[in-house]
Amino acid sequence: MATPTAAADRFEETEGDVTYIRTDKDLPPVAIVDTSPITVRHRIIFGIVALIGAISWAIIAFFRGETVNAVWFVLAAICTYVIAFRFYARLIEMKIVRPRDDNATPAEVFENDTDYMPTDRRVLFGHHFAAIAGAGPLVGPVLAMQMGYLPGTIWIIIGAVFSGCVQDYLVLWISSRRRGRSLGQMVRDELGSVGGAAAIIGIITIMTILLAVLALVVVQALAQSPWGVFSIAMTIPIAIFMGIYLRFLRPGRVSEVSLIGVALLLLAVVSGGWVAETAWGESWFGLSAVTIGWCLIVYGFAASVLPVWLLLAPRDYLSTFMKVGTIGLLAIGVLIAQPVMQAPAISDFAGSGQGPVFAGSLFPFLFITIACGALSGFHSLIASGTTPKMLEKESQMRLIGYGGMLTESFVGIMALITAAILNQHLYFTMNAPAAATGGTAATAAEYANNLPLTGDPITPAQIEQAARDVGEDSIISRTGGAPTLAVGMSEVLHQVFGGSGLKAFWYHFAIMFEALFILTTVDAGTRVARFMLSDGLSNLGGPLRKLKDPSWRPGVWACSLAVVALWGSILLMGITDPLGGINSLFPLFGIANQLLAAIALTIVSVVVVKKGYLKWLWIPGIPLLWDLTVTLTASWQKIFSGDPKVGFWTQHFQYREALDAGKTTFGQAKNVDQIEAVIRNTFIQGSLSILFALMVIIVFGAGLMMVMGVLRGGGTPLTEDEPVASRLFAPSGLIPSKVEKEVLKQWDALPKSHAKSVGTGAH
Amino acid sequence: MGRAAEIARQIRWYWGSLMGDNHYRRYVEHHRIKHPGEPVMSEREYWRRRIDAIESNPNPRCC
Repeated sequence: MATPTAAADRFEETEGDVTYIRTDKDLPPVAIVDTSPITVRHRIIFGIVALIGAISWAIIAFFRGETVNAVWFVLAAICTYVIAFRFYARLIEMKIVRPRDDNATPAEVFENDTDYMPTDRRVLFGHHFAAIAGAGPLVGPVLAMQMGYLPGTIWIIIGAVFSGCVQDYLVLWISSRRRGRSLGQMVRDELGSVGGAAAIIGIITIMTILLAVLALVVVQALAQSPWGVFSIAMTIPIAIFMGIYLRFLRPGRVSEVSLIGVALLLLAVVSGGWVAETAWGESWFGLSAVTIGWCLIVYGFAASVLPVWLLLAPRDYLSTFMKVGTIGLLAIGVLIAQPVMQAPAISDFAGSGQGPVFAGSLFPFLFITIACGALSGFHSLIASGTTPKMLEKESQMRLIGYGGMLTESFVGIMALITAAILNQHLYFTMNAPAAATGGTAATAAEYANNLPLTGDPITPAQIEQAARDVGEDSIISRTGGAPTLAVGMSEVLHQVFGGSGLKAFWYHFAIMFEALFILTTVDAGTRVARFMLSDGLSNLGGPLRKLKDPSWRPGVWACSLAVVALWGSILLMGITDPLGGINSLFPLFGIANQLLAAIALTIVSVVVVKKGYLKWLWIPGIPLLWDLTVTLTASWQKIFSGDPKVGFWTQHFQYREALDAGKTTFGQAKNVDQIEAVIRNTFIQGSLSILFALMVIIVFGAGLMMVMGVLRGGGTPLTEDEPVASRLFAPSGLIPSKVEKEVLKQWDALPKSHAKSVGTGAH
Repeated sequence: MGRAAEIARQIRWYWGSLMGDNHYRRYVEHHRIKHPGEPVMSEREYWRRRIDAIESNPNPRCC
């Protein structure tokens, strides 16, 4: 570990617009400050990119009557990302982040071969992306398609540029100036104990609902699908095999074992088709939603107490591999197949707010539903804690934090495209709750044909054929988004790879891919929440202090059980909900996620003010205020709305009155048990809405008070670490600049000596 | 030929760094330079230590 050094240890040397900074006279520079103006060539290139982007946006937004090709969406997204990354992210870098590459990052200072490890920027980008990409940006845009493709497209792209990327980038910034501290710790350090405690409670409850809803998405995709259940079940023995292989047979051969794992996984998907056709396969794996729910609960508990090497680590390799591979495959598929949109730009449900997929009007519920594709609070848990401990240079944060989220937004656009190219009648057949579609092809067709949709009506035979095409008995009311995405993906991928004979394979491949990384999130999330819980409880003191020791098994078991019981009970509630579960829980998931983002943006804003950059407070401040407006409006409506479809409590009291009046059926509840279930569920959902909103208001209030204090000349000081001189060099962007290449050469020419840190690049 | 080989090498390096195949080699090099003369963990030990560190410091995966 290096020792703190004063600024006097820096040796600067300026040539034209470029300043080279050395921390050791005898070594090449560790930092380059390049202030050269933008070249004519770059001006022309960015001008062309901006023009193509503007044309694409115009076509998406104003072409009516004609079908729009998916390629325009891809172009509009990519051009906007390029411009945002070059200009807006650069502005944030210059005005707020102000990277100092002559200072060592936590990875360099604390390098320890386990979690603190300086990692090449391109590799870290891959790691960071694999960690932030999840089911959210895939499922959210699919559900948001209820309102047409235009509102979703605009929010996924613009929301990412101005809020999601800003949050990820700035959280990464504050955490890497604090040894990679976690979000909860930073709130405590910067806002004091009340804000800190509220943040911890908020984060744990928010994680609980996130895990429950993700698990619910898997359950909805797997219920009564022996093919799906078989292939997902097989991922567990495959992961265990990989774990044993890496632990005992060939340690360190990660690619090798991952390739074997992926091959076995593909075999599991293919053989799932054979198993599903047999009688025993049908009876063993054709499980009800409730059974699958219990299996997930048991699995979540087991994964959280079993050794990491056995299940969690190998699953993580497998899911990283599948995630990056499949998203790449889908992008290629969309570009080659060039499907056209079936969905309208703006549907009737956008205005009326009476859509069957989720209730509520465009504002705020569209933003709540898309959530992760544009702004994801969960990312702040990765941008603090994990990624900063691997960062080589501060100037790389723009690529990893801002750029990583742009890529995630692109995944959201892909998901939106796959949902928009589906027949709209089929889309609503799959996504409306069973109580509306009636569950049979005839009733579902009648239901869908009575919706205010454009295009030809659907026949029951077409619905049955669509199910047969993907190798399922039924696709009616397969809510949750995952099955719809899988149908869309099989639609795109079979055109490019394998023809219509492989439609069923691609459908189940997509289901397996989603379920695989949702389960990875669930087991890692259970473990993370368990640590937060034991850490939070141990702070209460007394006998609870024992929980601080992570090897104290009774504590591990008790906290794991508590976490699993929390999300498990919400999961079971969602599965058995007479009103469809996902429609009422998904908005809660979105609200939870967006409120977490509000906590992250609050802490970022406080740091910006404390550092004296008040003039630039609007950069995190505008997304924060927008996010608070959206989520608190949504929370308000969920708590107080008089419309029983939107407001939990109105619904709660209506069903209660019905029960008191002695009714045996009411609304969508078919018997007294169901009425009681609705009363119980709406009570829990309503209470959670109140809890989330309160915790976030407390954190925001603490932040506001801190900002006021700072402006009046008080406030607590910043908790940034003392800078330490860096001893290594690495380029900032994806492609090294000419100047950076020259400095890299100087470093490469050095003999390997004590003074030189081991670089991570391919040189 | 030389260029193709260079690109192949880059891809192999990227892949190996992303998945972890060359992490042990990097550790050995780093250890040799920073702590010369001290014993170096075997590959088995190194991975055991790294994976077991996740036990008390899990990496969250996003939703």
